[in-house]
Amino acid sequence: MPPLAQRNLFHDKVRLTVTLTGIVFSVVLIVVQLGLFLGFTTATSNLIDHSNADLWITSKNVPYVEQGVAFSERKLNQVRAVPGVGDAQKLIARWTQWKRHDGGQDSVQIVGLNVDATMERPWNLVEGRVEDLKTPDAVILDELYKQKLGVTSVGEVFEIGGHRARVVGFTRGIRSFTTSPYVFTTFKNAQNFANLREDQTMFILVNIAPGANLEQVRRALLANVKDVEVYTTAEFSRMTTFYWMFTTGAGVAVLIAAVLGLVVGFVVVAQTIYATTVDHIREFGTLKAMGAPNSYVYKVIMKQAAIAAVMGYVLGMIVSVFVVHGSQKGGAAILMPPQMAIGMFFLTLLMCVGAALVSINKVTRIDPAMVFKG
Amino acid sequence: MQSAITVRELTKKYEEGTAGTLALRGINLDVHPGELLMLMGPSGSGKTTLLSIMGCILTATSGSVRVSGREVVGLSEKQLPALRLEHIGFVFQGFNLFPTLTAGENVELMLDLKGVSAAKARRRSQELLEQVGLAEKYSSFPSDLSGGQKQRVAIARALAGDPSIILADEPTAALDSHTGRNVMEMMSDLAHKRNRAVVIVTHDSRVLNFADRIVRIEDGAIAVGEMEAVHPGMLLQNTPLGVEGQV
Repeated sequence: MPPLAQRNLFHDKVRLTVTLTGIVFSVVLIVVQLGLFLGFTTATSNLIDHSNADLWITSKNVPYVEQGVAFSERKLNQVRAVPGVGDAQKLIARWTQWKRHDGGQDSVQIVGLNVDATMERPWNLVEGRVEDLKTPDAVILDELYKQKLGVTSVGEVFEIGGHRARVVGFTRGIRSFTTSPYVFTTFKNAQNFANLREDQTMFILVNIAPGANLEQVRRALLANVKDVEVYTTAEFSRMTTFYWMFTTGAGVAVLIAAVLGLVVGFVVVAQTIYATTVDHIREFGTLKAMGAPNSYVYKVIMKQAAIAAVMGYVLGMIVSVFVVHGSQKGGAAILMPPQMAIGMFFLTLLMCVGAALVSINKVTRIDPAMVFKG
Repeated sequence: MQSAITVRELTKKYEEGTAGTLALRGINLDVHPGELLMLMGPSGSGKTTLLSIMGCILTATSGSVRVSGREVVGLSEKQLPALRLEHIGFVFQGFNLFPTLTAGENVELMLDLKGVSAAKARRRSQELLEQVGLAEKYSSFPSDLSGGQKQRVAIARALAGDPSIILADEPTAALDSHTGRNVMEMMSDLAHKRNRAVVIVTHDSRVLNFADRIVRIEDGAIAVGEMEAVHPGMLLQNTPLGVEGQV
């Protein structure tokens, strides 16, 4: 086929620029919003997803990890006595106050763990070691929050919940969904920082024994340990994510923005492709008069839309990569996994081809007799 | 000799609300291969409507139209494009070239519609442009061509489908007399040397001497008794079906 679609598209540079701007705007908006949604989703369940635990034991009716309620740590022994339990460790995750050198205070989430256990250890350390937490009053936090918490380097001493805390290391990319950074420390320190009694914990993490059945162990725990809920890690992760993303409305707002991006892109592309089609309507009429079936004309318009989609996608992704890269050092990460990049291609194609259908409707109604008018 | 186009008792009514306009009323006409027929008449007389129906672009309200022996009245709008593609080539007043395609590509587009491969289409397109004297303009865009050159490209495009019928709507209206004469010589050659049936709608009295036969349309009907023999030897006839002239 002679390059009619390409030529029509490139003939009017201004219109092409408007079309591509619309597609690029749409692609970037959708990537940013979906990426934010993914980033938020990941951040809400970060702690749970990186726990390496099979099961989470909480007090009754705890809807998400930040809403944990303290219970007696004597339940740890009851848990360990249940058949199928390989390992069980106490965990504290609770909000408390961090006092900066300037006297200002910030809310943080203390994560108290057993340094010698394999479950719920800080990850992605860029300075210090997890074992450094064994030193007195030691804490590890993420480098993203240095400025917020007034930390400049390892060794600095602060106050958490009225107790002395010394920074021994930094992680990279452990974001909290809330504005309160995670601060990792030993279980014992966490009890002090969070003002819990010595015999209290907030969660018990369980690894099942090799060969044990997860569901059976869960049922056994529910039967043998009173007044607790037992969730699989995936289940508790979903619950926490659902709470933050949908119960609070935060996720819905981001998703609505993503849908708006799609709608805006669709409208801009539909409008410009339609205008291009109207500009060339006499040519399409000539094509039909020459004997071209509607399908031939559709092919030209679809090809035009597909070329615009590919160009817009490539440009949009270039901009998106910069935006995503730039967000990594900010408070809200925009994630773009490969599946999303691939999915965006098909979404862009769908958007442009869908927008072209508006033009096809116009072309279908062309009266080829128009070619004889003037 | 079998007619390339046979029109019998053709009527065309344009519906407009509850009323309607009768654009053609009882037209009878035969167009033969090797003949150059001109349709003349005042604006709004129905000549372009007749050309559109003969070209399978418009559908008739009643009557019969046979194109290359095939009845086209009653065919669906999906069947008509294939018929146009196979039998009819169009030449338009405004040339109707694709401005974003080169002269060669304009011709190749027609060949692509016919399913000719790209390589063959390119060769054939070069041959056709050579036949209309524009071999060197293969890569020129329409905006770089004169009016006469554009019309010659349009003729090459019409010929690309190897049609037995050429229908032209005011092909010289936008051209000066010299260029118009060149184009008419080309149309005349198509009829007389290549045995195509050529029908031309025109107002241009300068080109009448190229016609084998002139049919005058007035108020949607053939005006009886107003035919002119242009070529020496042309015979005017009044037949029961209307008026025909033969060389």
